[in-house]
Amino acid sequence: MSGANDPYDPKEVVALAPETLQRAVDDARKAFDGAADLDELAAVKPAHLGERSPVLSARREIGALPPQAKADAGKRVNETRQAIQEAFDLRHEQLRAERDERVLREETVDVTLPTDRVPSGARHPITQLIERVADDFVAMGWHVSEGPELEAEWFNFDALNFGRDHPARTMQDTFHIAPEDSGLVLRTQTSPVQVRALLDSELPVYRVSPGRVFRTDALDATHTPVFHQVEGLAVDKGLTMAHLKGTLDAFARSMFGPETRTRFRPNFFPFTEPSAEMDVWFPEKKGGAGWVEWGGCGMVHPNVLRASGVDPETHTGFAFGMGLERTLQFRNGIPDMRDMVEGDVRFTEAFGIEY
Amino acid sequence: MRIPVSWLAEHLELPEDTSIDTLTEAFVRIGLEVEEVTRLTPVTGPLVVGRVAEIEELTEFKKPIRYCQVEVGKSETGEQQTRGIVCGATNFSAGSLVVVALPGTILPGDFEITARKTYGRTSEGMICSARELGIGEDHDGILVLPPGSADPGTPANEIVGLDDSVIELAITPDRGYCFSVRGLARELSNAFDVPFGDPANRAIPDDDRPSRNVRIEDETACSRFVFRRLTGVDPTAPTPWWMQRRLALAGIRSLSLPVDVTNYVMLEFGQPLHAWDAAKLSGDVVVRRAAAGESLVTLDGVERELDPDDIVICDDSGPVSLAGVMGGSSTEIGQDTNDVLLEAANWEPAGISRMIRRHRLPSEAGKRFERGVDPAVAAVAAERAARLLVDYGEATISAGRTDVGQPSQPAPVTMPLALPDQVAGVRYERGVTAKRLTQIGCRIEVGTSDDGVGVVTALPPSWRPDLTQPADLVEEVLRLEGYHTIPSIVPSAPTGSGLSAGQRRERAVSRALAHDGYVEVLPFPFIGEATLESLGITEDDPRRRALRALNALESDRALLSTTLLPGLLDSLQRNVSRGRRDLALFHIGQVVLPGPEQPSVPELGVEQRPSDEQLAALHAALPAQPRHVGVVLAGQRERSGWWGAGRDAEWSDAVRAARLVADTAGVPLSVSAGDKAPWHPGRCAALEVDGAVVGYAGELHPKVVEALELPKRTCAMELDLDALPVTDDRPAPDISAYPPVRLDVALVVDEEVPAADLAEALRSGGGELVEDIRLFDVFTGEQLGADKKSLAFALRLRAPDRTLTQQEATEVRDSAVAAADQRFGAVLRG
Repeated sequence: MSGANDPYDPKEVVALAPETLQRAVDDARKAFDGAADLDELAAVKPAHLGERSPVLSARREIGALPPQAKADAGKRVNETRQAIQEAFDLRHEQLRAERDERVLREETVDVTLPTDRVPSGARHPITQLIERVADDFVAMGWHVSEGPELEAEWFNFDALNFGRDHPARTMQDTFHIAPEDSGLVLRTQTSPVQVRALLDSELPVYRVSPGRVFRTDALDATHTPVFHQVEGLAVDKGLTMAHLKGTLDAFARSMFGPETRTRFRPNFFPFTEPSAEMDVWFPEKKGGAGWVEWGGCGMVHPNVLRASGVDPETHTGFAFGMGLERTLQFRNGIPDMRDMVEGDVRFTEAFGIEY
Repeated sequence: MRIPVSWLAEHLELPEDTSIDTLTEAFVRIGLEVEEVTRLTPVTGPLVVGRVAEIEELTEFKKPIRYCQVEVGKSETGEQQTRGIVCGATNFSAGSLVVVALPGTILPGDFEITARKTYGRTSEGMICSARELGIGEDHDGILVLPPGSADPGTPANEIVGLDDSVIELAITPDRGYCFSVRGLARELSNAFDVPFGDPANRAIPDDDRPSRNVRIEDETACSRFVFRRLTGVDPTAPTPWWMQRRLALAGIRSLSLPVDVTNYVMLEFGQPLHAWDAAKLSGDVVVRRAAAGESLVTLDGVERELDPDDIVICDDSGPVSLAGVMGGSSTEIGQDTNDVLLEAANWEPAGISRMIRRHRLPSEAGKRFERGVDPAVAAVAAERAARLLVDYGEATISAGRTDVGQPSQPAPVTMPLALPDQVAGVRYERGVTAKRLTQIGCRIEVGTSDDGVGVVTALPPSWRPDLTQPADLVEEVLRLEGYHTIPSIVPSAPTGSGLSAGQRRERAVSRALAHDGYVEVLPFPFIGEATLESLGITEDDPRRRALRALNALESDRALLSTTLLPGLLDSLQRNVSRGRRDLALFHIGQVVLPGPEQPSVPELGVEQRPSDEQLAALHAALPAQPRHVGVVLAGQRERSGWWGAGRDAEWSDAVRAARLVADTAGVPLSVSAGDKAPWHPGRCAALEVDGAVVGYAGELHPKVVEALELPKRTCAMELDLDALPVTDDRPAPDISAYPPVRLDVALVVDEEVPAADLAEALRSGGGELVEDIRLFDVFTGEQLGADKKSLAFALRLRAPDRTLTQQEATEVRDSAVAAADQRFGAVLRG
């Protein structure tokens, strides 16, 4: 160690000698690079950047230097320290990246493992179809309503202009409710909702009513005793058959695609006059392309309007009733009606929650 | 109605090249639905007329077999050639003319005839039945041509008439007149705008003296009654082949000349006829309703008790015919009949309809009478049939004709000339309305109303009783012009208000359940008494008040569902039987819940709107039909997998489903211990909303599981969706920005204290600062003592306006615990 009064040259103070400082940097780099992981790096850090490290020891020597030499030596020491710090940071960064990568690699799982601890459920395609139909009509400004499945004969037949003993009444094979003259039936069609709507609502009426209906047909590939229809009714001033056709054409396109071809042909229903049947053309029909009966419709019969308290001189209306199982059958290519009613979850699951 | 095209074509001038496709399209266009088209195919190869020369009965077989020598025409040298042919039919004799398919003939169905050995003989061809030739269903015997039809060897294609097609049409109930060649030919002529010759438009000789005295006692039952008498009828005379053929193609079997003639004229004119053995009829004939206690043996040999509503034809002996439905056996035509009365009458359609149903006697005649038969055609039809019997049955028409009754006349209908245009939304050409109404047989007058509008008054023809209102006439114009000419215009409805809150709620519930793992099923709403019994639902339970369908498809499922559970459990079982073990199903549907004293349905008219009181009475008569939601669960609710063990479905999943429904509906649901079939009495939750029970959830009773053979520990929930109030809007909460204080309390209580009640006690004791209470542990153990349990709750406290101090929090906890102590003797656990 030099005396205070000795002529002093920092280059001759060993600790501050440029070679010494350069060695400190080299040693530090070597030590840092030699650290295999963050723990080793942390272990070697004090020897090169700690209080007793060569560079900090060197800094303590500066105070003894003559003033004119202090600035120069201080600058060198600081540069040295900075270089060591940078070497440390660089290695630290490298090691941390390596560690992070290793941890992520170690945490890797087989993402193809099953995840269905509680599998999703599904909604019946008929329910989903009913909602789509309702949405279509709501979009046109119509309302949606429901009616009872057990119905008074008055609503299901009388008010719909089915004469007491008219063969039309026996055409629809009806479930009658005991006792013999109860006046109650399971509705054979959603049309009684027409009468209910007219009795309950202010004119004009634009209303669809999806629901379950019943006929005494044994269950087979093409028949089911319980099925669904959507009933439509519009009563307003100046409604024509062209409006009926327009409404059903729009409905058909929504159900079967924009290219759908429809056919309107005369038919008979007691509650409409004129009456029509709407057929839809199916190029992929089983057994060759052809027309498929989609549903009945017509202009509401004046007798029905009168029974519901509407003056047929001022208001006209149209009504339709389309089969939803049929719609689904042709829309989705379901060959056997029984699949739709048996409740096999494999069938329903195929349609998910919203298709 | 099946009808050969050749028969229709006889009455209208169709263009030569009209194809069968064009015909069917025309029928469909004007509203006659074509159910089936059968194209007869001319047979290729040597199909000839043959004469049976000799019959050898082969008796060594189980059934009668004949080996016949059949003359099949002359050879080039002029010698009669015979062929030996084996035949299994017996409805012919030596000398019969038959149709023979010689080897090389190809019959319909690509059936090639070859000479072959059979029954120990070589059969050189086949004697054909009507069905084998494709002209009918008759296969009980071979086709026997009337004597003199043709010489042996004549090619048979033309004689059999195989160059034809048969159209089967579905006739709608309003078009009774289309059950005839006359009606269908008229429709076709209108469709093609070609001239039509009405076969019924023929003069009949005047003959005023009655054939027999007939008195109509009930004029509501019969509007016209015609008798025409024939003597010297040979009932065994063969029916001419052309008539047999047409009947066969129309699907009617040839029986005997008199019967065939009545059927033929029925097909031709739509007027059913009945042939009586006049000799078996004694005294004057009376038409009336039956008296109570009367009976009648009908043609089918069945003795039928008569109803006072039945229309009967009587002679001195009493009822001898069920009018329009079936004749009586006592006056039936037999082999020895030669004095025949032909009856052509008009019966009350509704009355016939009731008789058909009452006696379960549907028939070709009944089908026409219940839809209405043209009253103008009765005498013409009887005359036509009489002439056919003269021509083919050697009969003589006796002088006199009975023709009594008061047929009602259609009333004229007046409407604006432009009404069809207004209904269709089309501008038809001038004169279209008048032209179309004339075509269908109306007599029309065009004029002007008092306010200057062009009107048409149409007098409908006698065969169109369905035309009573302007709308009926409008349909005629529109359908004959073609519905395809009507444009397609979407009407603009007034602005709507979308789905109702209830409708949106049901959708949300359905989706919520599906997202929670439930699969929707739509079982039929038919259940059996036995199922309710197996579910342990006792006689006094309202769910046993189920209504019964009179004509259920399955007699053991004749009741209308009062609960969704039987249907859901059915679906569960079906899936289990198909190999699924882990199942969660849901169903949203109506049930029918009759009250203890459901009022009966009132009689209401349809001439005008019923009064509000009448409608109220009608609505009151209909049982309540609330929409329920139900779920059933079995097997694992959470599957086992690489994550560890699974978890079986249990009572809590069923309660959870109810909470899901209530949460989705935005309705607070409280749960208490319940006891209700079919649930396990110790694992049944009563679901309450606003203090009223809306349903139950839990595990099913082990006895129910056993009785219905369900998977063990099957769980279920059912609640009345309609009983949940519809919440259309929910108030927004105040969200406090201050920090919460969390603290836990463990309380020791008696085993039977319900956790929910204890939580409620804590909540009410803790007051408004309690933001949330959550049960996080249930513990039982010896150190607690018998019949004790420890329930640990996490409380989250928060004030709306300040940070709570520790002291405040402690005070809240103490008062919460004090309330729990007071209500349930709860002790804070150390």
